[in-house]
Amino acid sequence: MTDGERELSSAPAPADDGRVPSGPPVVEATGIVKRFGPTVALNGARITVRPGETHALVGRNGAGKSTLVSVLTGLQAPDAGTVTFGGRPAPRLTDRDAWRQSVACVYQKSTIIPTLTVAENLFLNRHDRTPTRLISWQGVRHRAQDLLSTWSVNVDPQTLAGDLTVEQRQFVEIARALSFGARFIILDEPTAQLDGAAINRLFDRIRDLQQQGVTFLFISHHLQEVYEICDTVTVFRDARHIVTAPVADLPRTELVAAMTGEAAAALREQRVSSLDSNVRAALSVRSLSSDGAYRDVTFQVGAGEIVGLAGAAGSGRTELAETVVGLRAADQGEVEIAGKRPRPGSVPGALAAGAGFVPQDRHHQGFVPDMSIADNATLSVPRRLGRHGFISGRRRDRLADGMIENLAIKTPGPELPVSGLSGGNQQKVVMARALADDPRLLVLINPTAGVDVRSKEFLLGKVEETAETGTGVLIASDELDDLRMCDRILVMFQGRVTTEIARGWHDHDLVAAMEGVDLDV
Amino acid sequence: MSETVLADTSDAPAPDATAPTAKRPALLGGRIPLARLRDLALVPAIVVIAVVGQIVNPIFLQADNLINVLQTMSEIALLVLAQTMVLIVKKMDLSLESTMGLAPGVAAWLVVPAGTGHGLGLLPGAWAVPVTLLVGVLVGVLNALLIIRFGLNGFIVTLGMLIVLRGILTGISGGQTFFQLPQSMLYPGTAEWAGVPASIWICLILFAVAVVVLGWTSFGRSLYAIGGNVDAAKAAGIRTDRVLWIVIVTGSLLAALAGLLLSGRLASVASAQGNGYIFTVFAAAVIGGISLNGGKGTMFGAFTGILLLFMIQNVLTLAGVPAQWIGALNGLIILVALTISRITGGKVQE
Repeated sequence: MTDGERELSSAPAPADDGRVPSGPPVVEATGIVKRFGPTVALNGARITVRPGETHALVGRNGAGKSTLVSVLTGLQAPDAGTVTFGGRPAPRLTDRDAWRQSVACVYQKSTIIPTLTVAENLFLNRHDRTPTRLISWQGVRHRAQDLLSTWSVNVDPQTLAGDLTVEQRQFVEIARALSFGARFIILDEPTAQLDGAAINRLFDRIRDLQQQGVTFLFISHHLQEVYEICDTVTVFRDARHIVTAPVADLPRTELVAAMTGEAAAALREQRVSSLDSNVRAALSVRSLSSDGAYRDVTFQVGAGEIVGLAGAAGSGRTELAETVVGLRAADQGEVEIAGKRPRPGSVPGALAAGAGFVPQDRHHQGFVPDMSIADNATLSVPRRLGRHGFISGRRRDRLADGMIENLAIKTPGPELPVSGLSGGNQQKVVMARALADDPRLLVLINPTAGVDVRSKEFLLGKVEETAETGTGVLIASDELDDLRMCDRILVMFQGRVTTEIARGWHDHDLVAAMEGVDLDV
Repeated sequence: MSETVLADTSDAPAPDATAPTAKRPALLGGRIPLARLRDLALVPAIVVIAVVGQIVNPIFLQADNLINVLQTMSEIALLVLAQTMVLIVKKMDLSLESTMGLAPGVAAWLVVPAGTGHGLGLLPGAWAVPVTLLVGVLVGVLNALLIIRFGLNGFIVTLGMLIVLRGILTGISGGQTFFQLPQSMLYPGTAEWAGVPASIWICLILFAVAVVVLGWTSFGRSLYAIGGNVDAAKAAGIRTDRVLWIVIVTGSLLAALAGLLLSGRLASVASAQGNGYIFTVFAAAVIGGISLNGGKGTMFGAFTGILLLFMIQNVLTLAGVPAQWIGALNGLIILVALTISRITGGKVQE
């Protein structure tokens, strides 16, 4: 527990904005050890969260964050160590009710039942009853309405939970947690699937609830968010506690250093544009329109050029990028990839024309979880694996080995199922598939969502490398870090390309353009 | 029965719900959201078939004929009831059809006097009904043990069970039919209560109970929770394994009861009793809006599904369609019904 540890302050100083912590810590875990077979997931880890604060827990994939969450929420018993809530020892593992009154967690994976209504999800297994012991649906509905309006969640309790947006679902889950009496809520990467505007709404909500005495433990890959919303930050690395400090006292570079265990790399070098204007454009889109998504979009991506497609959710950027690779068909206009015009709405057509792409949601469209890395990475290039539709296992594994090495995927071998990889490495597999056929055009949609800092750097570096070989790149994202290396950025707002920003922009310029705000006025 | 369903509210899952936060389309001053009407999707079809049936042959709407339809479907409807529960928790039980044959088969084997066919005559006639139901429970316990306790795949387990149970029945009966059943076994399938066959009463009452249990009790709602997202159900404090045990064992018990009704009505237990029923059962459940992916559909929907299938069959018979062709037409009806519900439901059926 001592080696490599660097204590900034033995007890975190209170945040200096008037929310002076009082009373015992909301939760205190000390000396937590958890082993899974030979793997040590937590090695003497500890965390102390004080009432009323928003506490960030950061660390790279595999640092032990998820295991700590399952210990703190009573899903797993630690092999050693103690957990206390407000000074009292944690309840027994089987006493779910007691746990629910102490702590709640909003996981990345939904714990909502999609086929039931919001009201029923809120009061599952504790419905209102009529005197005849039957469920009173009216009572359930009213109580749900009350609960949602108490915490100002603007959702119709009769909606099917499966129809909620990610954002609404999170609010509903937070409201449900509060209804059990818990005033300590763990948010596990809540922003991973949200766009900029929704993240802001979530943060507003967190601040509101904080005012009302709710304490948060916030887990995120985005350090910027930690600085924006959190008072205190705890860093885990390699199953150990590294540091706990007030956010204000820990500069960015030190935080990254604590996470990675090495001095932070200097700012990314400005890349030299690799645009080759002598070669035919990698992509040209002419007056493309699709009802309700985007209108009259025209642009080109040159060979070797990296073009960003920025915009808030609902701006049409994702739909536009999906149209380019054939996941959707446009109503009007045409898409030309490296001089060929694939049949609209045909993914095989787009791939044949020379496109490679990383889809928006890797879990949904990116890979088949139980298939091996080799199978997933080569899914789109069967003809390179053998003749007449037969697949040569040897050739596939050789190809996959090359990809694993090229993308530095951490795995014991190509036969491991993708579901066994961490988020960052899963995304690398998706990227490997996109690059499998040496595309002329690479389309990336939110390529670094839910990916740890190091893998993110790596993936973006790979994109640059690919552009240098003369491939045109289109990145549709609202993540500023994804867009930094772009030669130029097209900003979409309400279905139209409104602004084109050349390299050298400031964050606020781009954000303002995405939100449709004009800073000059 | 439809009154029970409509009487209160709006909770039920339905595939065609509107966008979140939007004002939900509703009837009767907001009491019944349109989504709820998915339950009633087959009612218009049933009305149309009734009208067509009446035109084809005026006998159709006469009480005798309707009672006949209800009675012939009552046994298989109990299988639909059982399968619907099992499907909602996202499991499958293929062995129901064999249980339906084996349970009364074992009872007959033990009770029917020796010397006539394959009976052993070990037990007095009064034991027949308890033995039938006991066999049903035992089969359910065995299924649940393999599926829940040992974590085997439910589809394969019950497929194996389907074959084993059918084999056992063939074995004990020597492939023959048991006759001379005791009076207690004949009673449920032949008695009339208030002028209507007891099997119809039993079937309707059990469906009514199931509608209430699934719609208005915590236990019933936990079935939907488990089928929709078993982890979330666990997190909500539902004892998922216990609920699954109850569902699977109850399903087998209902299958045994269905077998009892059928044996009573036919006054015999054939070694092939129930053979092939499971396909009709699945078809009725799916047409009635039960999702094979769990967590979706209502008991009332399942009832309309089986009712529709049997009404169509009856109309075809009355129209003089040769019996040899009924099978082909049945399959066709199932496909057409699914296509129509895909068009009206608007969602891809998983």
